[in-house]
Amino acid sequence: MLQPPTSWNGAYDPDDQLASAGLEASLVRFENVGLRYGPGPEVLRDLTFAIEPHSFQFLTGPSGAGKSSLLRLLFLSLRPSRGLISMFGHDIATLSKDSRAILRRRIGIVFQDFRLLDHMSTYENVALPLRILGRAEASYRQEVIELLYWVGLGERMGALPPVLSGGEKQRAAIARAVIARPQLLLADEPTGNVDPSLAQRLLRLFIELNRSGTSVVIATHDIALMDQYDARRLVLHEGRVHVYD
Amino acid sequence: MSTTDDMMERSDRPDRPLGDTLISPADAAHGGAPRAGSAIVPRNSIAGRALVVVVAIMTFLASLTTGAVVLVLASASEWQSDVAREMTIQVRPVTGRDLEADVRQAAEIARTTPGIASVRPYTAEESARLLEPWLGSSLALDALPVPRIIVLRVDSGRRPDLAGLRAALAARIAGATVDDHRGWIARMRAMANTAIAGGVGILALVLLATVLSVTFATRGAMAMNRPIVEVLHFIGARDNLIASEFQRHFLRLGLIGGTLGGVAAMIVLASAGVSRDVFLGTAAEEQASALFSTLSIGVVGYAAVVGQIILVAAVTALTSRRVVSKTLAGIE
Repeated sequence: MLQPPTSWNGAYDPDDQLASAGLEASLVRFENVGLRYGPGPEVLRDLTFAIEPHSFQFLTGPSGAGKSSLLRLLFLSLRPSRGLISMFGHDIATLSKDSRAILRRRIGIVFQDFRLLDHMSTYENVALPLRILGRAEASYRQEVIELLYWVGLGERMGALPPVLSGGEKQRAAIARAVIARPQLLLADEPTGNVDPSLAQRLLRLFIELNRSGTSVVIATHDIALMDQYDARRLVLHEGRVHVYD
Repeated sequence: MSTTDDMMERSDRPDRPLGDTLISPADAAHGGAPRAGSAIVPRNSIAGRALVVVVAIMTFLASLTTGAVVLVLASASEWQSDVAREMTIQVRPVTGRDLEADVRQAAEIARTTPGIASVRPYTAEESARLLEPWLGSSLALDALPVPRIIVLRVDSGRRPDLAGLRAALAARIAGATVDDHRGWIARMRAMANTAIAGGVGILALVLLATVLSVTFATRGAMAMNRPIVEVLHFIGARDNLIASEFQRHFLRLGLIGGTLGGVAAMIVLASAGVSRDVFLGTAAEEQASALFSTLSIGVVGYAAVVGQIILVAAVTALTSRRVVSKTLAGIE
């Protein structure tokens, strides 16, 4: 069985004074959450669900159903118009901007458009979350290299993103999202731009990450992908969420 | 749906890392060695280089303006003090009196007056030369009642006893009057103040234009960096850390551009002083000397140019910080 790298022990975050408060059972809890942009109608309505530790779920629904908006709520890039969002035991409405930034370090996010920094090598892109923690390069070098080999980019760690293929970029983005060992991994259409074979490999990568303790949420409308793995589904329809355990 | 193990079984569980099969030897040649140490904000972007050029040009222009204003300020005060340091006694010829004896006596009275540092009576020939521009050199001036001039240089440390001098001359020499150049000084002061106000006004406008153009150029360069701000934000970097990274980067760009422009301006200003020595004795040098007592901006001038380099670099850094803060506020 494939195992995550042995030296990949995650990141000690010296700023994270919020750790002791996060003892609640659920990683994420939404209660009657609504979201509207400006004065417009609510795009998300009465969302009530939880994401448990070590869980794996697909977030799906038709285009325009609000998947991206829900993901943005999940990685604290949006504030809800109403309702309560609790993350790692903290009501996010009561957190300062700095505290939200620190909480965001417990969340890994894989963007559909990768968002790799073109002037940095693959190695540097993946190491970025550890670098912003103020860690010396020597302290994380080995774990970044092992993770890169694990995702199949061992020979491409010196390459700049513009010369990487779509699949390589996707794996680099995933490696960057998980290098700091987040408790929650969010992936937005991670198989949207890759062929079915690579999509299956990426799914296997997410499953292994989940088995190593990370809760995973994959936003996708790829039915074939979801059929490959028996997991919980959060289905968004007309702004409401329906949970199929 | 299938279970995890079913799925892993079906997908040919690999015995080597994921994706290994996706790497071609050609790909591997592209960069196996990890590269570390890149700045978070790219150092050599096109926008960054363009910003350095804008900052250099604006600092150069602002520094030249500063140099010119410093020269005008120094010369204006020099014009005033030159005029204020001199007085003249005019001895008019009076029928029945010996003009030469009157001039000698007036000079003697001036020498004994407190606050007068030196006395220089003009000879008849020197007085005639003063009239040459108006009367020509061929005219015999002996027949004309040409007054004689005595130039007095005022002691810079003491106020001259002007009233005592006037009283002594009036009592002993008929036709002798003292001109303390008060009217000239008033006009000089008005002209100098106008030059100073104009210079300071132009300098203020140039500095404002510099600050505005550097601000807009920085904003332009920052727009290219928005994706970096977003990525840093989403991976959990604190706002202060992101702002500091950009501030440090743009401070560096501002200092490079400012130093290039400022040093170029210093070289131009210094070469103006040197060129005066090269043209010493020529008509051009004399005209320049008449207008500007010095062509060197001195320590104060160079300090002002250095101050401008620092100001421009600070504006660049603070603008980048403000743009980052605004960007971060927009993405929650």
